[in-house]
Amino acid sequence: MTSTHLPKPTIFALAAIVTIIAGGFGGLVFVAATGISDTDLVFDSFFFSIVRFTLLQAVLSTVLSLVLAVPVARAFSRQNSFWGRRLLLWLFALPLSLPALVVVLAVLGVWGKQGWVQLPFGISIFGLSGILIAHVFFNMPLATRLILSRFDSIPAENWRLANQLDLPASAIFRIIEWPVLKSALPSAGALIFMLCLTSFTIVLTLGGGPKATTIEVAIYQALRFDFDMTRAVFLALTQLGLTIILLLVAHQFSSIAPQIPALSNRNWRLDGQQMQARITDFLIIIAASIFIIAPMISLSLAGIKADLLHILLDPAVHSAIITSLIIAALAALVSLIICWALLIHSAGKSVYISMSASIILVVPPIVLGSGWFVILHRFGDVFSMAPFIVIIINALMALPFVYRVLGPAMHHSARQHDRLSASLGITGMARWKIVDWPVLKKPFAIALAFAMALSLGDLGVIALFGSEHVRTLPLLLLQKMGAYRSHEAAGLALLLAAMCLVLIFTSEKLVGENRQ
Amino acid sequence: MSLVIENLRFAYEDMLMQFDLTVKAGSFLAIIGPSGAGKTTLLNLIAGFDQPLSGSITFNGNQICQLQPARRPVSMIFQENNLFAHLDVFTNVALGISPRLKLDNDDRDKISAAIARVGLDNMQKRLPGELSGGERQRAALARVLVRDKPLLLLDEPFAALGPALRADMLDLASELHTERKMTILLVTHQPEDARRVASHTAFLDNGKITVCEETQKFFQLKNYIELGDYLGR
Repeated sequence: MTSTHLPKPTIFALAAIVTIIAGGFGGLVFVAATGISDTDLVFDSFFFSIVRFTLLQAVLSTVLSLVLAVPVARAFSRQNSFWGRRLLLWLFALPLSLPALVVVLAVLGVWGKQGWVQLPFGISIFGLSGILIAHVFFNMPLATRLILSRFDSIPAENWRLANQLDLPASAIFRIIEWPVLKSALPSAGALIFMLCLTSFTIVLTLGGGPKATTIEVAIYQALRFDFDMTRAVFLALTQLGLTIILLLVAHQFSSIAPQIPALSNRNWRLDGQQMQARITDFLIIIAASIFIIAPMISLSLAGIKADLLHILLDPAVHSAIITSLIIAALAALVSLIICWALLIHSAGKSVYISMSASIILVVPPIVLGSGWFVILHRFGDVFSMAPFIVIIINALMALPFVYRVLGPAMHHSARQHDRLSASLGITGMARWKIVDWPVLKKPFAIALAFAMALSLGDLGVIALFGSEHVRTLPLLLLQKMGAYRSHEAAGLALLLAAMCLVLIFTSEKLVGENRQ
Repeated sequence: MSLVIENLRFAYEDMLMQFDLTVKAGSFLAIIGPSGAGKTTLLNLIAGFDQPLSGSITFNGNQICQLQPARRPVSMIFQENNLFAHLDVFTNVALGISPRLKLDNDDRDKISAAIARVGLDNMQKRLPGELSGGERQRAALARVLVRDKPLLLLDEPFAALGPALRADMLDLASELHTERKMTILLVTHQPEDARRVASHTAFLDNGKITVCEETQKFFQLKNYIELGDYLGR
C-alpha cells in the first residue's frame, strides 16, 4: 500500500502525454533554431499588432462579460423564485455547450448585415465588435452562473439579519454582496480571459481581416496560407509564453478549467420583494435573456428554413458526419483510457498526475498542432497523419474535463473499496467486474459523452490538418460559410448543434441519476 | 497456539510505534487507549494493509508478515464501508466464499445460513443503503462466518451505534466467538465494551502496548498512571 512506484498503465499514459507535448515543442524549437537568421522578418510591426489585438480583445471581452454579469447575477439572486427561473438559468448554460462555429452563425443571425438588429453608426459585425458580441454571448452567462453560485452560498443567517436590521440595498451590497464578489470576480475573470485569449473560431470567422487577428488565427494563416513556418513558430512560442504567464497569475485564484457549477435550489434572500427591486431586476433579467435566447431562436429558424432534407442527402455531409463521429468517439475513448491509466492505483493523488491531465490548458491545441504540423511538414506528409493528430489533440483537450469527472469517482471508489477488496482477495478482472465497473460506469459514460461533444464541435486542430480527405462537420460548415452558402451553413449548424446537445443532455441526465 | 507479535515497528509521520503482544488462541482481547495511539494501525499491520519496518507476526507458529491480506488467516471489520454499496447482502456475503462469485449449491446454503445466523433472514436481496447501521455490520459478520478464518479483527465496528444496539452486537460477536472458537481482537473506545465481552484487555498508549491482562485484573490495576488518566479515575 505504501509503495511509491507507479503502475504500468500510469507510466504508459504519462509517456504518451510527454511524447505528444515534447513532439510539438520539439517541432517549434527545431524550426525556431534553424530559422533564427530571419527573425527581423518575424518581429515586424504586424507581429506586435497581432499580440496587441490578442490582448486587447481578451481584456475587453472579459471586462464586458463581468460588468454585465454582475447585475444579472444579482437580479437572479434577489428574485429567487419566479416561474421559469430554472429554465432561464438552464438556457444560460447552453452557449458554452454549443460549438463556437454554431455560436458565430447564431450571433450573425441577430447582429449581422441581414440580421434582426443593425449595429449603430454603420459599425460592421466583422471586426472587434463582432468578436466582443460573440465572446460576451459565450462568457456573460458563464460569469452569471459562477457569480450566482457564490451568492447562493451566502448563509441564510446573513439574509435574516439584514432583514431584521432593515439594511438598505446599498448597505447589503457593501456588507454582504461585495465581499463575495471580490472573491468570485478574479477567478471568473481569469477563466474568461483564458477562454478569450485562446479563442480561435470566433476570431477566425468574425475577425474579418488582418486588423482584427489574434495569435492563434495568425498561426493558422501562416501555416495554411502563407506557408511561413518561421512566423508560425514564433507566434506559437509567444502564445505559449502568454498562457504560461496568465496561468501563473491565475494560479492564485484556483482552478482555471471551465466548470459550470451546479445550481442549488436554496437561496434565502429576503431583500428583493419591494416593487422597485422587482421591476429593475425583471428588466435586467428580460434584457439578458433576450440577448442569450434571440441568437438561438434565429439559428433554429434559419436552420429549419434551410432545405434540411437536401442537406441530409448530400454525400459530402454524410461523409463529414461519419468522419466527425469516428474522430469524436476515438478521441473520447483515448481521453478516457489515458485518464483511467493516470488515476489507477494512486487514484491521482499526486500533483504531477493532475498537472499532466491539465497540460492542454498550458499548451493551447493550436500551438501543439502547429508544432506537429512543422515537424510532419519537414519529415513526411502532413495530411496523411491528420486523423491521428486530430484525435490525439482532441483527446488531450477533453482530458481536464474527463479528469474532473473520473478523478473524484475513482478516488472515492478506491478509498471505500481498496482495503475491503484486498482483504477478500478480489483482484484483477474480478475486481474490475465486481467492484469497479458497477460503480464507475456512470462517471465513464458522463465523461465519454462530454468528451465526444467537445471533440465533435472543435474547429481548430482540424482547420490546421483538414483536407478534402479528412473533413469533419465543423470544417465543412466553415467551407460553406466561406463560400457564402448561408442556407446550407444554417442547416449544418443546426445539425451540429443538435448532435452536441444530445450528447450534453445525455451526460447531464446521467449526472442527475448519478447523484441520487 | 497463539498470535505472537514481536518487535513490530512502524512509523507514521513522526510517530514511531513498536508493538509486542501475545494473544492465546481462542481469547477475546479488547484493545483500548487514546485516539491516535495506534490501535487501528496495529490491526492494519496484522491484516496486512500496512507494512511494518521490521519485526514479526506469527499465528500458530507460521510467519504471516509476507502474506497478501487475502492470504492471511484474518477477517477484519471496519467502522464503516464493510459492504460494497452496489451489491446486495447475499452477494456481499458471497464474496467471502468466492472473490470471483463462482458459487455452487453448497456455497449458497452456507451463505443463507450465515445470513440467518446474524438475524438478517429476509434481507438477502437488500442493498446496504436500505439497511440500518447495525444491520450492515451484521451482514459483515455473516461474511466473517463464511470466510471462516481463525482470527477476527474488529476496528470499532459498533462505535456508531446506540448503547442498546451496541450491546446486542457485542453479544452476537461474543456468541460467534464461542461457537467458532475464533481469536478476536476488538479495538474500542468504551471500557465497558471490554468488561462486557473480553477475556483479556490491553492498553495501547503512544505506539506501545503498555498493559495486557485478564480483563478482571486489568480494571483493578491501581498504580498505572496513564491508564488511570485514560479511564478518568
